[in-house]
Amino acid sequence: MSADRREVLPTDELTAAERRELIASMRPEDAEEVPELHEVDIPAELREQIEDAMGRYPQLRSASIPALWAVQRNYGWCSPEGIRQAAAVMGVTPGFLSSVATFYDLFRTTPTARNRVLVCHNISCWMNGADELTEAFCEAAGVDPHKADHDGASSADGEVFIKGFECLGACDIAPMAAINDRYYGPLDPGDAATAVEQLRAGAEVLPGRALAGRRAAGGPEGAPDPRVAEAKEGSDA
Amino acid sequence: MPEIRLLFADIDAPDLPTLEGYRRRGGYRALERALRELEPEELLEELEGSGLRGRGGAGFSMGKKGSFLPRGDVEKYLCCNADESEPGTFKDRELIWKNPHQLIEGCVIASLAVGATYAFIFIRGEYSEAADVLDRAIAEAYGAGLLGESILGSGCRVELVVHRGAGAYICGEETALLDSLEGKRGNPRLKPPFPAIQGLYGGPTLINNVETLSNVPHIVANGAGWYRRFGTEQSTGTKVVSVSGCVQRPGNYEIELGIPAREIVYELAGGPPEGRKVKAWFPGGSSAPVLTEAELDLPYSFEAMAEAGSMLGSGAIIVADETVSIPALALRTARFYHHESCGKCTPCREGTNWTVKMLERVVRGEATPMDLDIISSVQENIIGHCLCVLGDSMAMPVGSMVRKFRDEFEQAIEEAGEAAPAPLEVTGDGPGVPVGAGI
Repeated sequence: MSADRREVLPTDELTAAERRELIASMRPEDAEEVPELHEVDIPAELREQIEDAMGRYPQLRSASIPALWAVQRNYGWCSPEGIRQAAAVMGVTPGFLSSVATFYDLFRTTPTARNRVLVCHNISCWMNGADELTEAFCEAAGVDPHKADHDGASSADGEVFIKGFECLGACDIAPMAAINDRYYGPLDPGDAATAVEQLRAGAEVLPGRALAGRRAAGGPEGAPDPRVAEAKEGSDA
Repeated sequence: MPEIRLLFADIDAPDLPTLEGYRRRGGYRALERALRELEPEELLEELEGSGLRGRGGAGFSMGKKGSFLPRGDVEKYLCCNADESEPGTFKDRELIWKNPHQLIEGCVIASLAVGATYAFIFIRGEYSEAADVLDRAIAEAYGAGLLGESILGSGCRVELVVHRGAGAYICGEETALLDSLEGKRGNPRLKPPFPAIQGLYGGPTLINNVETLSNVPHIVANGAGWYRRFGTEQSTGTKVVSVSGCVQRPGNYEIELGIPAREIVYELAGGPPEGRKVKAWFPGGSSAPVLTEAELDLPYSFEAMAEAGSMLGSGAIIVADETVSIPALALRTARFYHHESCGKCTPCREGTNWTVKMLERVVRGEATPMDLDIISSVQENIIGHCLCVLGDSMAMPVGSMVRKFRDEFEQAIEEAGEAAPAPLEVTGDGPGVPVGAGI
């Protein structure tokens, strides 16, 4: 259910009897309808992206996650209006898309600050100082660390959103963070302050600290295994 | 013991992610052989004969899984599981990012083997940089006729679509992955029917991990007999192992299955920082029961890890040294599964919640020794009682930590204090429940 609907029907405060009465009053014809395309004012580019996604799958509902990604790219978050527009293009109810959007951690169903920092707090990063890193990010951004670690928190100037996140799949660069969808690490508390400063200034973030371009770990050099060499000869023949 | 690089051969070559660079190193020759020399049935035999076991966690024979799909004219699907979310695991990320065509070739060959015309790579949404690499490589492959209506003019059709997830560990579970790919919330399904019979859109579906599929071109190019020369009888081939935690050189190392785990942790990854000892280690991601320092001498193989009461899982070794508090580690582990539980099955939804609350009491020093028994019994009541193994994945490691390091838990409780234990709150209509235990 979207936030505005909840304001109209504060069902959380109903007594059991009122709740029963409400349920009894519900009729099939009251069910949420699929919005018509002419009822929504959808940007042409967004519509195109969603239709493009629908064409990639044998069944169009598979496009719901790509459609929500498109909405989030366009509006910065999965806004109720954006969801309604996507629902109109896909021919599904906004409620269906909301149910999907609220399931996944990367979809934001409330607006956040412009730049997003996800700090991994899972075990490998934690053993390497993730809690201190989160605190440093929060101090630099001026947000409450507890809130940031659990639900995420945006800085007062609307520039930086910090959130504790589960394993991002980069324990080789622990402790690490994903900043605007790019991976950085290993980071120390000083890097956190620098990164926040750079985000606020619109500058390049932590040059040289990105995961992109990092070489595989690599063990001690040994003689090449003869079985591997044999395969190569075989395939050349 | 050096690494043995098959999947990781030339892994850092700047041109490897390009079609030209991949072809220069013999890429797509296996696909040509699969198209021109082998019938689908022979392909499946080759894969089964290689002994290749799934690299995503379960370790099931890939060829056998493929042979479960019905033959004949029915719409079938291949799903590559690139949702890699098991804590400690980051091998698929590097395989996709640095050698995307190896995976694409594996997907196409596997699709031909089972007769699938649609193949999907379900990649976790967080890996957007790797997904961009994959998108570029797939566009190249389409351009070169390696994907699409008629692969290399053979008349065989395979379409490959990258599907970006949106952040949910549960989507790595194969039936939740299917629901998510169908556009829904990622809730696991009841099994049977297994996906091989009724999977994506109700059609027979083969689901394999990135690393499993990346092995396929090597097996088809060089033969099952050649592949079996690597590894042990029951764990053939190499494994890309992600090593992290308290080690000096964390990263991915490709090793021959069956070498002592100690060599991976110490010789390759450099062991814990100078002067510290290993206290506990997860051999296969955070879902695997922890092992002790002495168990580092076991061979790193599917069978040896299972015999030791743990599992090779996704092949992610996470090392905790003696500075790490095991109760705090247990709490961190449990919190993850609590967060990721989809909520569909009660034992998992409630069990992960209770476990976190009780471990918080232990760490805060508000627990009683009785709580340790309750923690253990909650774990036992989760295992085997849900549609999928997410709950088990918390119960197994947490249970193992309480069992193997019970003295440390008791010490944590004792040290915390002479502070009086939290009183029992006795209500009129039920047994006493420790305050704060989660009601």
